[in-house]
Amino acid sequence: MLQFVFRRLLQAIPILLAVAGLIFLLFSVIPGNFASTQISDGRAVMDAEAVERMNRQFGLDQPLATRFATYVGKLATLDLGTSFRTRQPVWHLIGERLWPTMQLAFASMMFAILIGVPLGFLAALRPGGIVDTVSMVTAVSGLSLPKFWLGLMLMYLFALQLGWLPSFGYGDGALRNLILPSIALGVAPLALLARTTRAAVLEIMNADFVRTARAKGMSERRVVQWHLARNALVIVLTTVGLQFGSVIGQAVVIEKLFAWPGLGSLLVDSVSLRDIPVVQGCILVIVLFFLVVNMLVDVLAAIIDPRIRYS
Amino acid sequence: MLNKWFLSTALTLAALTVQAQEQPRRGGTIRFTAPYATSFTSNDSHVSPQIQDEIYTYALHRSLYRWNAAENKPELELATAVSKSADGLTWTYKLRDDALFHNGRKMTADDIIWSYTRIMDGSKSYPGARHIRRIKGAVDVEKGQAKEISGLKKIDDQTFEMTLVEKADPGFFLYYGQTAVYPAKEAQEPDFFNKPIGLGPFKFVEHVPGSRMVLERWEKYFKPGKPYADKVVISPMGEAASRDIAFRNKEIDVSILGPTQYVAYRADPNLSKGILEVAEVFTRNMGMNPAFKPFSDKRVRQAINHAIDSDLIIKRLVRDKAYRATGWLPLSSPAYDKEMKPYAFDPEKAKKLLTEAGYPDGFEFEWTATPNESWGVPIVEAVIPMLAKVGVKVKIKPIEGSALGGTVQKGDFQAYIWSNTSGPDPLTILKCYHSATPQSACNYTTYKNPAVDKLIDEAGNTDDPAKRIELLKKANAIIYDDAPVWFFNYNKAVMAYQPWLKGLQPNATELALQQYDELWVDASSPAAK
Repeated sequence: MLQFVFRRLLQAIPILLAVAGLIFLLFSVIPGNFASTQISDGRAVMDAEAVERMNRQFGLDQPLATRFATYVGKLATLDLGTSFRTRQPVWHLIGERLWPTMQLAFASMMFAILIGVPLGFLAALRPGGIVDTVSMVTAVSGLSLPKFWLGLMLMYLFALQLGWLPSFGYGDGALRNLILPSIALGVAPLALLARTTRAAVLEIMNADFVRTARAKGMSERRVVQWHLARNALVIVLTTVGLQFGSVIGQAVVIEKLFAWPGLGSLLVDSVSLRDIPVVQGCILVIVLFFLVVNMLVDVLAAIIDPRIRYS
Repeated sequence: MLNKWFLSTALTLAALTVQAQEQPRRGGTIRFTAPYATSFTSNDSHVSPQIQDEIYTYALHRSLYRWNAAENKPELELATAVSKSADGLTWTYKLRDDALFHNGRKMTADDIIWSYTRIMDGSKSYPGARHIRRIKGAVDVEKGQAKEISGLKKIDDQTFEMTLVEKADPGFFLYYGQTAVYPAKEAQEPDFFNKPIGLGPFKFVEHVPGSRMVLERWEKYFKPGKPYADKVVISPMGEAASRDIAFRNKEIDVSILGPTQYVAYRADPNLSKGILEVAEVFTRNMGMNPAFKPFSDKRVRQAINHAIDSDLIIKRLVRDKAYRATGWLPLSSPAYDKEMKPYAFDPEKAKKLLTEAGYPDGFEFEWTATPNESWGVPIVEAVIPMLAKVGVKVKIKPIEGSALGGTVQKGDFQAYIWSNTSGPDPLTILKCYHSATPQSACNYTTYKNPAVDKLIDEAGNTDDPAKRIELLKKANAIIYDDAPVWFFNYNKAVMAYQPWLKGLQPNATELALQQYDELWVDASSPAAK
């Protein structure tokens, strides 16, 4: 197993390098750079000399290849560079924003798992029944609702109409501040988990070993507990892993909407101001998180299902 | 239109006067919002040119001058007196002796000189350098050719002298938060910006990046009895829809409104009671590049101005959240000429002008535009059929907001639509139309007219403020006639405020910038305690 973990970590290196290269190239070809963003709101003026000085300060006057080599060289020593905007190390900025994003991601996934998985299970146990119909309609709606709109509706209902929760902000990271953004972010994975669980359970229900267990006179409760749940869990776990990673990426919209101080809002700010080192740093951290979560999921799957062996 | 503006201004001032007559209440928390797209940059106000950062800077720091919104002009803040030399270049300041930093240390001339020198550090590209550069010798520091700004001289702890490179009123450029005065010695400590100290009415408590800045009353603030509130919490909230819900839910005390919300708030019997409107110093315009042949002809540019029904667009699309432009200098500029009339919507005249210019069948041009709802693609789309009626075809070149500045600076456009600052100092602003100003600075349409150059030069050289204004009015009128841009509108900034928040100022330089030492909340505020 350790060998597997080590191999997966090694595999992450070329992936991260490819992502880093892609972001670097992308931000080199799109119009505008940090200096130009400083005047784009029409408030400030800056002459060519000042722009040149700023570009020189941030190394933007160097040829593309030189900049890329410098960037990769720094990356090799885990140096993500310095923010053009704040003049602070990128690691410092990411460090400030990582925990709120983690809080949001964990809370939204907990919401999705705790509701989506049982819902999918119940739906599969009585296919075509009322629970199945209602949960699947809800699941499809959950998947198709735009997060921004859903977030606004939640604010409107629970903050403005009912007055139960604050409509925005981080507070001190308290649960009441976390609830609405987590639901807004967690509804799509909830819907996907419900559908995946339902499909997995339905498939396993018709499997030979389940039929054999029932034929041997095993109680329905034990069949569900030992055969259905355990086998479906491996499939569900893979979906959870994938969703966990994508939730971090999707948090961008929700964080801006709820004024949540996470990595997503830092990323949006940095893209709009062409603060390239921070953009690169944020995306690399998000990708790394995605890879690590999925590796952990693979490890967990092997623990749950002894048939899975990584050699 | 002008009458409407004067009426609205009069009503605003009357409402604010009533507020001012109420006895300010001490205590409570002001829950302010920073309404623009990004979060606060850092705890260092010198590094950012963004209004978001000025919003907290106004609470934490003080600059040599401050903007007096009621009188619409700068006034001394950290000095009690100033005198000017006969040549109008050297200014001597007598500093206040009661201005204490948040650690209790008295401000001296050294702090001002050190702060300005820091801003000119060429290796850091601080945005405030564009202001300090107007002090003699500042550029030498920026280029690394000197360590001290030769134009700044300490006379004694409470007196210093400042020599400028050209005649100008320093009040117009030394009130910005980017030129805030830091404590010289303390600011050089490595952890200073973890808990910065300043001279402002509120002390730093905490900054949760992306979420809020919390500040509390500085008891030894140099204005007796001020500030009134115990605390200020400023939340960056770029999303207008979230701000709207938070405001209606009474979680925040103010919100800046966009056109759609402006209509909704005006129509609401309760919300409409708390609306503050100001003609901000921003002119929305379509710049025309004379390097593109048709736009090199003044008649074509005038034709464009006649062909567009600006009033209709302002009414329908901008939802009356703007004032029709009648020149480059806006309504709130001291050199605004109220006698000037807008270009009449007259397609026939436009066609005639185009024919005279040699374009009887019109022409086609590419129009660079961002997605901005008030001065971007939606406006261009409304203009396209109007121009088509006089034979002018438009191809939209969409561009991201943050890339517009660089594109225009490089001259990489045939036409662009933008909102540019047009104040507060009319002289500084009209210098953007001086032929000596390069396109990369702010002469984006490479405008050139010797008569305008002469008037601007004379205005810069005169010591008579009234004469300066007259000269600038004349220059503004010539520019208007030359029509280097389509003069669209002046921004009407609109702030919604809760009934318990008092002391708001109609700041024409930027409505979101409020002097927090003037603000107070009455007992009905949810955060009154």
